[in-house]
Amino acid sequence: MSASGAALAAEWIKTSTIRGPRWTVAALFVATVGLGALICWFTNRDFASAVSDGQVFDPVSTGFGGLLLGQLAAVVLGVTMIGGEYASGMIRVSLAAVPVRGRLLLAKAAVLTAIVLAAGLVTAFVTFFLGQALLGSHGTTIGAPHVLRAVVGAGIYLTLIALFSLGVATMLRSQTLALGILVPFFFMVSSILEAIPGVRHVAQYLPDKAGQRILQIHAQNHDSFGPWTGIAITVGWVAASLLGAWLLLRRRDA
Amino acid sequence: MIELQGLTKRYGSKLAVDDLSFRTPPGVVTGFLGPNGAGKSTTMRMILGLDHPTAGRATVDGHRYAELDRPITRIGALLEASSVQGGRSAYHHLRWLARSNGLPGRRVDEVLELVGLQDVARRRSGGFSLGMGQRLGIASALLGDPPVLMFDEPVNGLDPEGIRWIRTLMKGLAREGRTVFVSSHLMSEMALTAEHLVIIGRGRLLADLPMHEFIDRNSRNFVRVRTPQPEALADAFAGAGITAQRAADGSFEADGQDPARVGELAARHGVTLHELSLQRASLEEAFMAMTAESVEYRADTDTAGTGTGTAGTDAAKAGAGAGSDAEGTAAALAGGGWGAGWRDAGGQGRGRAPRKDG
Repeated sequence: MSASGAALAAEWIKTSTIRGPRWTVAALFVATVGLGALICWFTNRDFASAVSDGQVFDPVSTGFGGLLLGQLAAVVLGVTMIGGEYASGMIRVSLAAVPVRGRLLLAKAAVLTAIVLAAGLVTAFVTFFLGQALLGSHGTTIGAPHVLRAVVGAGIYLTLIALFSLGVATMLRSQTLALGILVPFFFMVSSILEAIPGVRHVAQYLPDKAGQRILQIHAQNHDSFGPWTGIAITVGWVAASLLGAWLLLRRRDA
Repeated sequence: MIELQGLTKRYGSKLAVDDLSFRTPPGVVTGFLGPNGAGKSTTMRMILGLDHPTAGRATVDGHRYAELDRPITRIGALLEASSVQGGRSAYHHLRWLARSNGLPGRRVDEVLELVGLQDVARRRSGGFSLGMGQRLGIASALLGDPPVLMFDEPVNGLDPEGIRWIRTLMKGLAREGRTVFVSSHLMSEMALTAEHLVIIGRGRLLADLPMHEFIDRNSRNFVRVRTPQPEALADAFAGAGITAQRAADGSFEADGQDPARVGELAARHGVTLHELSLQRASLEEAFMAMTAESVEYRADTDTAGTGTGTAGTDAAKAGAGAGSDAEGTAAALAGGGWGAGWRDAGGQGRGRAPRKDG
């Protein structure tokens, strides 16, 4: 087996033999599906007051209302993928076993992608179908324009957020620090920045805001870019984060 | 075999490892001795490619660590005992490690049995005692059945039984023809396990010699005699052809003498004795004297603001610094005399080239 394949297999064993990742995946599912269902149910019950006049109601992004919370699980998955090794000192054992540092980081990124993409897609589809059922007559179907794109996009979005977090945690070498920065940022700061009128046109390029564009099936008139451009912007953030992580990991003493 | 060539590590203005060059012979336990903070762990991390040297290189069987294919089958290392994620069982920890280097799963069971962890292998390793953690670290090192093994302070914090187990294990591994490189800050521990010694102080090589040579040079036996009639005793010694030195407290020290003979000599000459005892200088003291010298030496160069002087002037400075010391052994060591002597005696024909390029 090639060295990269061996590193990949080892990362898979690492991730599947501690409880943390399993619980985090469960949290991702429960938070996104549960909160989304709750929002849909309340929206349907009191539709008139929930949707203001003159605004186009977007049943898909309403259903993904729980993603704001669920994405934090993706952040945790990305951060703990390497942060746990820095916390325990096991990173030295890992780097001694796989001395080519880019190979170790790539193996981690690949396993993280597989886990979050699979969990994210399952979560996205369950969230969608349950949410639309609860929205009743206000809901849409998977065959409607842009809907499938939005649902698959939710899975991709979660994966990108996890990868971005892996890069940040690698650069910081600390899961406490990485979580302390990323969790409040994705949960609040980014939304606050977007709510400030003068800052909005800059804030929309943030990794989460740009990526979330794919969840909307209707274009908003203040949008500067489309859904796939939004994903491309987030991919750019991920690339920058992982490149920085790789450069620092290579250069630094472990 | 582990080989260091001019290995240097600088953290800011501090030299943690200073132009270190030596080889570890196969088939014996090589003790890597130095006080805490001497640079032992840094050196070992550089051998494993974890820390990048500022200058020089460290190789395992002629290759840099990063160039090794399936590295844990070439060199196994125990760094810190607790380098394991507590939520994972010992079994799964070894399983991912085995997989990362393409080793078969049965090796995991083999090493677990070898270190005696088979009964607790499925438990979370976070609940392990220090000794069990150390055994797991050793199992990781042995997993790839490597010809070279490196242990950083393996007996730290262990109970006597665990210490004895590790000693026996290391000697056994060396007997199988493996290179065993083990660090310690305790001379007494090394005296029991190591056949070869590499001593460093403040990152600098102080000695590189076989253990028996170190013992021969440092376990100085002498007879101490205290008397109210020193002139009479000095005459008696002179008459019998015994050379005795006067210690600072006025007592006589006669090297390599039998206390019975000295006592009979004193009785024959009617000299009153207040003390007649056989003294043995401990290896620990010899080691302490040696490393204390390196501390003084380092303080010297720090104020001079050098640290990049050539090997020749370094040795000269160390010699001058130790000149006031009556024994002068440390000076000889700092000059590299012992290491060179061992290599010549061993017929290895390896000269020391601390500033060799490349």
